[in-house]
Amino acid sequence: MTTMTLSRRGLSFWAQLVFTLLVCALLMAPVAMSMLAGVTANYFVGIKSGLTLRWVEEVWRLYADTIFLSLRIAFACLGCTLLLGVPAAYALARRQGAVARAVEELLMMPVAVPGLATALALIVTYGGVGDLRRSWLFILIGHVLFTLPFMVRAVLAVMTSIDLKTLEEGAASLGAGFARRFFSVVLPNCRSGILAGSLMVLTLSVGEFNLTWLLHTPMTKTLPVGLADSYASLRIEIGSAYTLVFFIMIVPSLILLQWLARHDRSAP
Amino acid sequence: MSVTARLDPQSRDSLRLAALLAPTAALFAAFFLLPLARLFVIGGGGDEGWAVYATILTNRNHLDSLVATLLLSAGVTAVTLAVSTVAGLFLVRHHFPGHAILVAMLTFPLAFPGVVIGFMVIMMAGRQGLIGAVTQALTGSKLVFAYSMTGLFLGYVYFSIPRVILTVMAAAEKLDPRLEEAARSLGASPWRVVADVILPALKPALLSAGAIAFATSMGAFGTAFTLATRINVLPMTIYTEFTLQANIATAAALSFLLGLITWAALALARSFAGSSVAAAG
Repeated sequence: MTTMTLSRRGLSFWAQLVFTLLVCALLMAPVAMSMLAGVTANYFVGIKSGLTLRWVEEVWRLYADTIFLSLRIAFACLGCTLLLGVPAAYALARRQGAVARAVEELLMMPVAVPGLATALALIVTYGGVGDLRRSWLFILIGHVLFTLPFMVRAVLAVMTSIDLKTLEEGAASLGAGFARRFFSVVLPNCRSGILAGSLMVLTLSVGEFNLTWLLHTPMTKTLPVGLADSYASLRIEIGSAYTLVFFIMIVPSLILLQWLARHDRSAP
Repeated sequence: MSVTARLDPQSRDSLRLAALLAPTAALFAAFFLLPLARLFVIGGGGDEGWAVYATILTNRNHLDSLVATLLLSAGVTAVTLAVSTVAGLFLVRHHFPGHAILVAMLTFPLAFPGVVIGFMVIMMAGRQGLIGAVTQALTGSKLVFAYSMTGLFLGYVYFSIPRVILTVMAAAEKLDPRLEEAARSLGASPWRVVADVILPALKPALLSAGAIAFATSMGAFGTAFTLATRINVLPMTIYTEFTLQANIATAAALSFLLGLITWAALALARSFAGSSVAAAG
């Protein structure tokens, strides 16, 4: 990349730098403002009214159950996408024909079709089946549909970049059966893809709203549903404090994802 | 195993791969394909019958909302592509102190759900927002546009920039610097190099990133929901038909059509751009 770097930093460099910084400011200003608002005693008066954790406590009192439900759904969703997605990615990686590509294309559809449509489809089909509609499992189904493509894609990307066939043939020639090969050769070689996919699944599930808004019931409110609720009906400080809690929840996985991406790029 | 053991290794392998794919296929068929088919049928089962699928073009309200959503999404796509290409190219071609932090900040909103994006717009352009405070100080009157189509436009651009910047950066890193050097040594001006060498090479990435921005703007729901339920975009129309008017057939038909549009936009871009279209949330 350094060969492409212009050593001459003329007017064009500074103009582009200022432009990029402005874009960054546009993205970061509201984030910073809402974080600040979440710990400000009275946002209307401003920061001089003092800093407080009162609003965060209020959020915890009102919405702790939404946070726990979101975490429960996210980890259940991760379990499902690992069990379903990793074997599926392996099957797709081993078969490179037109059928495999068509299946892959089909599996990506829940990302292309708006969550609103998928949720409506689920409701008209399974809304009347037993207690499913009132159960958190109904939301889980939607989340698994929506996040599975990301898991398959992340794992598939790594599987097609390594020489799966040679690795497996080597292990087979040493007498390893399929299960042994899968767990001690295939999986360890794909761990970066599995990790990246897992982080994506967790982050997306915790933040999913398009599907969840229609699938939730008063007894099954997730964090983003609670967020929408607080934005609509409570003071701006509480909405901000709640958003702050959400940011704190997703930051660790975002940092790990960026670290992974950099790590992958620097690796040969 | 006792059955498969008698098969030759090749068909045993095929059988095994099919078995590994089967749970996903079953889930997908039961909870995605079947419900979508059901949605299609229910759409045609209302008072209007199958003609409901044509009302998106004949019903004044539906048509207005379709056109508004298409225009909004096209505008968002154009602005996001322009902004992100400039910023993304700049970040790949220049390294300076603070570079990594700048990239991290530009991609942080990637994981924000639509509702949070809506709240960010309120923070900026809402009644207690930054733009309102600044305009009040400067001109004496408060500029508030969060709860309108303009606010939604700002929100979708906000939502799409991180995604498109990442795609542009990934593609620009793979560009062959020798092409650019050759163009320059032949006397091409910096603008000519950008227009004739860099942009054509980025075309597949821009197409796929643009398609994602377009499709998400068409189908997103959370941001519009946070800003105002009366913004006339297709997802809001569907939501209102479903909840307030309990008009399930119309809601089903419209959402089926909406899904068709977003899926077609992505599929089209993919067929132009090869298989590099990255999925987005």
